[in-house]
Amino acid sequence: MTETTAPDRKTLVHKQEQALRELGEHIAASLGADVLEWSVAKAELTIRVPAERITKVLTFLRDDGNCQFAQLMDICGVDWPERPKRFDVVYHLLSLKLNQRIRVKVETDEETPVPSVTGVFSSAGWFERETWDMYGVMFSGHPDLRRILSDYGFEGHAQRKDFPLSGYVEVRYDNEQKRVVYEPVQLTQEFRRFDFMSPWEGAQYVLPGDEKAGEGAKS
Amino acid sequence: MAEVTIANYMVNFGPQHPAAHGVLRLVMELDGEIVERCDPHIGLLHRGTEKLIEYKTYLQAMPYFDRLDYVAPMSQEHAFVLATERLLGLEVPARGQAIRVLFAEISRLLNHLLNVTTHALDCGAMTPALWGFEEREKLMEFYERVSGARMHAAYFRPGGVHQDMPKGMDEDIINYLPRMLKVIDDIEGLLTENRIYRQRNVDIGVISAKDAMDWGFSGVMLRGSGVAWDLRKSQPYDGYEKYDFDIPVGKNGDCFDRYLCRIEEMRQSARIIKQCIETMPGGPVSSDDRKIVPPRRGEMKRSMEALIHHFKLYTEGFHVPAGETYAAVEAPKGEFAVYLISDGTNKPYRCRIHAPGFAHLQATDFMSKGHMLADAVSIVGNMDIVFGEIDR
Repeated sequence: MTETTAPDRKTLVHKQEQALRELGEHIAASLGADVLEWSVAKAELTIRVPAERITKVLTFLRDDGNCQFAQLMDICGVDWPERPKRFDVVYHLLSLKLNQRIRVKVETDEETPVPSVTGVFSSAGWFERETWDMYGVMFSGHPDLRRILSDYGFEGHAQRKDFPLSGYVEVRYDNEQKRVVYEPVQLTQEFRRFDFMSPWEGAQYVLPGDEKAGEGAKS
Repeated sequence: MAEVTIANYMVNFGPQHPAAHGVLRLVMELDGEIVERCDPHIGLLHRGTEKLIEYKTYLQAMPYFDRLDYVAPMSQEHAFVLATERLLGLEVPARGQAIRVLFAEISRLLNHLLNVTTHALDCGAMTPALWGFEEREKLMEFYERVSGARMHAAYFRPGGVHQDMPKGMDEDIINYLPRMLKVIDDIEGLLTENRIYRQRNVDIGVISAKDAMDWGFSGVMLRGSGVAWDLRKSQPYDGYEKYDFDIPVGKNGDCFDRYLCRIEEMRQSARIIKQCIETMPGGPVSSDDRKIVPPRRGEMKRSMEALIHHFKLYTEGFHVPAGETYAAVEAPKGEFAVYLISDGTNKPYRCRIHAPGFAHLQATDFMSKGHMLADAVSIVGNMDIVFGEIDR
């Protein structure tokens, strides 16, 4: 039994970040221009690479003696609608040898496909299918880019920020037609999303009852 | 003689098949009884958890995790609270950590009891399932005693756990453990040396360590192939480094080795639970940061400030500083991880849930190719598939 105290954990995190910084420098030096930026935050290493170089980068990370990220744990999309290239595709790799993780990010939009990494890691297959299904990010060279989680014949990409939480269609069993039918969603109560931004912390809109203040300032 | 063309034929396995472990639909191409191709169709239980979480505060998002892998609910909660705490920079008191470890291990027992015994049921052994479910019920009573719910506990909270264990429960758990171990011995006695069980599992679904890594396996699926990797040892969280336990590793990477690993892991879990209770520290069970952890009810009745905190935390919730983190725990099924992106508001901007079963099920085609149809049942059963977490 060893008692871990708070300062111990801090030095541990510090040591971990030091190791990740060395790793980041090594990767940045080896890949050169392919690494757009890299950072270490919260004891996690993130690198950003151009979308078209992703297979090369992941192959390097898997095969390089100082990296050995032999496992691709996860691929997921993130939607940032206000950006010109709205999607991030995030790859999480794990190295059992180094006991380290790395996060690789690429940017893309609705039209530009990202090269599939199924040739590098077999596990990428379903993760890329899910990213396609949920965000509509295309992957070029994927052997079987079908939807995976959504219903057969589903339209749209559910996890995009502009896709409503309630969706567009709902299903019910129709007793006359003896089958399941799709209908437009009908909400008995309007969808409510409360705004918790404090007016004292800079609300970006006119506060209720404050409408006249703006007019007064203008005239 | 007329030429006869023998065509392969397609079989739909599931989604309403008792051996499909939930709502799995396997479209199989069979040559006689040999599986040529196996295409799992998933998503029948897709509820859009990740999307829903984007519309909920961090505290409201928590109970969704119980409903992912509903066989071992608290292990999922664990990943989410760790991710939230990491973003908040919140420290958990020692007692809170110990209780979490205790319940994470009870969850592991719950999971392995279900998996080992239902897998045996798939292979034709009925008795273990009956015994296993009885013990599961008793373990779920411990869940109920701390949280009020048998399964969907919502017990782990950012900053610690919801409330302290009731008095006398630690003794009850200690007293219960020998009985539990006896049942594990009994189950093993029925299965390990059983001829039918061995015929159904030895050298079935063999996967090499290299392939297992290539397919992104984790947990028992990886250890069964001889890779000594456990996040509790390699990247310890919540004080797992303080406990003394062993990681069982398989040799052949077949279904039987994975079964043996699970059995041994149950014994190791019992060992951790015992240590947890024997060394259970005193003190608070959750952080005293009142901007994140709601006050106790009694406090709320007397203090105006506590009342305000309570109201704010249960309506608006707490704001999490902008940032991102990937928090992984060794869930019973493998590496369960939450990739959380916060934009500084009270709701997660993105909450990606990495379910171990998703990666495992993906390899069904790879693992069952060339096996008999009945072996595919054994392989899928042995993968520890629960659709709550795969479909999310």
